[in-house]
Amino acid sequence: MSTHTNTYPQGDAFNASLKTRYRVATIWQFAFLSALLIAILALTALLYNVVDGAFGYVAYDYKKDPATFTPIPVNELTKEDLLVILKENLSSGAYNKLENEQKLETRTQGELYTLFLERLVQIDTKATWSMTDSLFRSAEIRAEAAEKYPDAQLEFRSWLTPQFLTTPMSSKAEFAGVRTAVLGSLWLVGIAILFALPVGVGAAIYLQEYAPKNWLTNIIQTNINNLAGVPSIVYGMLGLAVFVRTMEALTSGSAFGVTDSNGRTVLSAGLTMGILVLPLIIINAQEAIKAVPDSLRQAAFGVGATRWQTVWYHVLPNALPGILTGSILAISRALGETAPLIVVGASTFISLDPNGPFSKFTALPIQIYQWTTRPQSEFHAIAASAIIVLLVLLLTLNATAILLRNRFQRKW
Amino acid sequence: MKEEALDLKTAKAQSFRQIDLRKKTRLGEGTIQALLFLTGILSIFTTIAIVYELGKEAMLFFADPDVTLVKFFTMTRWQPGIGEYGIVALVSATLTTSAIAISIALPLGLASAIYLSEYASPKARSVLKPILEILAGIPTVVYGYFALLFVTPILKSIFGDGIQVYNMLSAGLVMGIMILPLIASMSEDALSAVPRALREGAYAMGATKLETSMQVVVPAALSGIGAAVIVGISRAVGETMIVAVAAGAGPNFSFNPLDAAETMTGHIARISGGDLSYNTIDYTSLFAIALMLFLVTLVLNLISQWVVNRFRERYE
Amino acid sequence: MENNNYAIETNDLSIHYGKFTAVKNVSMKVERKKITAIIGPSGCGKSTLLRAFNRMNDFVPSCHVTGELMLQGQNLYSRDVDPVEVRRKIGMVFQKPNPFPKSIYENIAWGARINGFKGKMDELVEQSLRAAALWDEVKDKLQQSAYALSGGQQQRLCIARTIAIQPEIILMDEPASALDPISTLRIEELMQELKQNYTIIIVTHNMQQAARASDYTAMMMIDDQRAGGVIEFDVTKTIFTRPKDKRTEDYVTGRFG
Repeated sequence: MSTHTNTYPQGDAFNASLKTRYRVATIWQFAFLSALLIAILALTALLYNVVDGAFGYVAYDYKKDPATFTPIPVNELTKEDLLVILKENLSSGAYNKLENEQKLETRTQGELYTLFLERLVQIDTKATWSMTDSLFRSAEIRAEAAEKYPDAQLEFRSWLTPQFLTTPMSSKAEFAGVRTAVLGSLWLVGIAILFALPVGVGAAIYLQEYAPKNWLTNIIQTNINNLAGVPSIVYGMLGLAVFVRTMEALTSGSAFGVTDSNGRTVLSAGLTMGILVLPLIIINAQEAIKAVPDSLRQAAFGVGATRWQTVWYHVLPNALPGILTGSILAISRALGETAPLIVVGASTFISLDPNGPFSKFTALPIQIYQWTTRPQSEFHAIAASAIIVLLVLLLTLNATAILLRNRFQRKW
Repeated sequence: MKEEALDLKTAKAQSFRQIDLRKKTRLGEGTIQALLFLTGILSIFTTIAIVYELGKEAMLFFADPDVTLVKFFTMTRWQPGIGEYGIVALVSATLTTSAIAISIALPLGLASAIYLSEYASPKARSVLKPILEILAGIPTVVYGYFALLFVTPILKSIFGDGIQVYNMLSAGLVMGIMILPLIASMSEDALSAVPRALREGAYAMGATKLETSMQVVVPAALSGIGAAVIVGISRAVGETMIVAVAAGAGPNFSFNPLDAAETMTGHIARISGGDLSYNTIDYTSLFAIALMLFLVTLVLNLISQWVVNRFRERYE
Repeated sequence: MENNNYAIETNDLSIHYGKFTAVKNVSMKVERKKITAIIGPSGCGKSTLLRAFNRMNDFVPSCHVTGELMLQGQNLYSRDVDPVEVRRKIGMVFQKPNPFPKSIYENIAWGARINGFKGKMDELVEQSLRAAALWDEVKDKLQQSAYALSGGQQQRLCIARTIAIQPEIILMDEPASALDPISTLRIEELMQELKQNYTIIIVTHNMQQAARASDYTAMMMIDDQRAGGVIEFDVTKTIFTRPKDKRTEDYVTGRFG
């Protein structure tokens, strides 16, 4: 019997070993927590990095001195002044081209001023600095700029401006905006959701409410789970082969009399994106439908409802908040996807707004990709601004989803 | 008495209307059910379309007399335009970046999961989980920007000239951060699926929280964690934008993280982004790569699902 | 010949889940406009049998039924019978009150509407609520959510909803088990009124309830293969005072298990 007391540490010995065990436990707990802290740190660094890039000093130069065009100081130019200056100094060919795009009189002062800087003065960015540098090393930057670019002007600039949102693409970072890209993204997401939402909810209803438990249903379900894990670029290849190439007559619009296009349209891209988010929508809708209690279905069947009446009048209305939340998540995914768009052929330079399903298009993430991979730092600055626009859009969507979820959450 | 009861003939006979219970033709119901079935089966067609389209073009690629499977799997250079068909040159970069990503994401993701599932108070959870969700919701192109313009400069200041501007290390590290939330959330699901009774059993024997977590809960959830890692690998292999932006623009047979090299996905993105004409070897070769990608990720996903289902059965 | 005194008859009715037989060889004749109670220990297949009467078991994928379930000469399980029609004619009240998350009015109107009711809806709602002894309590708040009602009121609403589609038979699956004693009493009183017009089959685990409220009682018990069966079916008084089966006697006197 005494083996008991001999094989286990007793008294102080046990207390000492317990202390060690607790110490080890504390160290590990800290290690676990620090993993999360690293994640938080990474997120902070990422957001900081983006904001840091979107604001800061910029050194720029005028190819021609504004004084050669007008005696009025540039920041006091009115719309009328600018109209006159542009009319007098632009070549007639360039002027007529601008007039054809949109009558100059109908443009705003800001737009005319941009034209003035872009076409006549020909502003030229020499260097940019990050926000942090600009704030903390202001003096050094001034010295550096004065030495390297003696003719240049130094100015603290926010690359993210209201104009950035409303101007189309431009080959010069200073004048580029994301309007074309944002509209392209909206078209894209619109088409994707128009296709994927009804089909996805239909599939979810089928699987949850109708499908018999057999091998076919099993295959469908497994297949959907797998499709959710297929790399997005593979969907791009599918879109390229099916929508852009095989179905070119339909997706380019040539079957409907549109001539000025090939299959690389916003319609092809939207459908590709629709196929991509379909599994996501199905899985989320299935969860929402699953959450509707069976007692409700039985109540409906008990008063002689058919299956569709039960689904349409009871299951769907109660699953709707969940379905919508899932759809918003799918929209977020579609909004941020880049790779499939590259493959199905988003245009990298396009300044015309998309005006229909057969338009050529660009999208916000495509612009971010383009600008990020340019070597010039001013393009990195507008990439950062475009990222902020994208993240704000995503944040708004997700906040809506959360609100929706909390508002309609039903406790059964 | 008994006869009376079973005979039940005491009740007076009554006339009542005949009820017709025969099946009605419900045209609407049938149509709707057929439509719903079609939407359900559409996903199967998607898979068939992927296999068919990728397979068809890949067959054209392999039908080229110059292309052989031996070359495809043994040559270490990839440039189909001039007769170099060694996919290994792309696979090496995919493997390197994925390995870096997993070696970051697995320990951090698992540790996060253990903290969230075993240690965090409900209040801490409600703060920490959304942060992981935000991390999971950031578009990959933004991660690409982060890799090229934040992580690479830092690495540059560490390694100096030893590291190239585009390098696999930066892309891999950032990819690890991107996959972390996925591994964390799947592992956490696995951990919280371990029955309470198992934990209580360990506590009742005098185990500390750490001993319970590491020696009882984690082993019990191991298959679920394994599934998370497999899905993580599959995600890393298929990830495009981070590597397209930060890892390099040109096939390079190298396992050195400091080198620039192009992954399978990065290569597809770069080549298809240009003006690609149909029926060229460049075009068909992309489909051969995509088919490889699809098959690899499919197998990984199937394994992971199988593991998760097995795991679920055990505890439900 | 078809005997008009019986609302529903079962002949060798068995219910299987996959290979497992849950209820075996039940043959009973349920008299019209009477209350028939099904009693027995838990797990003996009472609810399963009840749900077979209006084909609610159709929703359990592995479930299939053999034998006959005759309603006016038609076998409810024959191929050409429409389960939706069956449920119109054989209504059901469930164990837990399950009103639709809609207004009180809509709870009654919906079933009528989908079944093509052409009369005056307001009248139907009022009649049904009156028949369920709920009208006075809710007449001023018909547009309020049914979820605002108490459990007992919800259950009476579910009964009203069932009455509104004018079934021949009402099945009740332990309708009072989730309710307090007073609400239970009201449901029992209501059953007595309803039997003027409807045949009622009720599953209950409460023997006092069966003794108080029913005219006939079916005693169910599982055999050694765990299949449930009706071991005795008789007028309620006989079952509770002079049962002929020893197991019934043990059960009703509380000596069981």
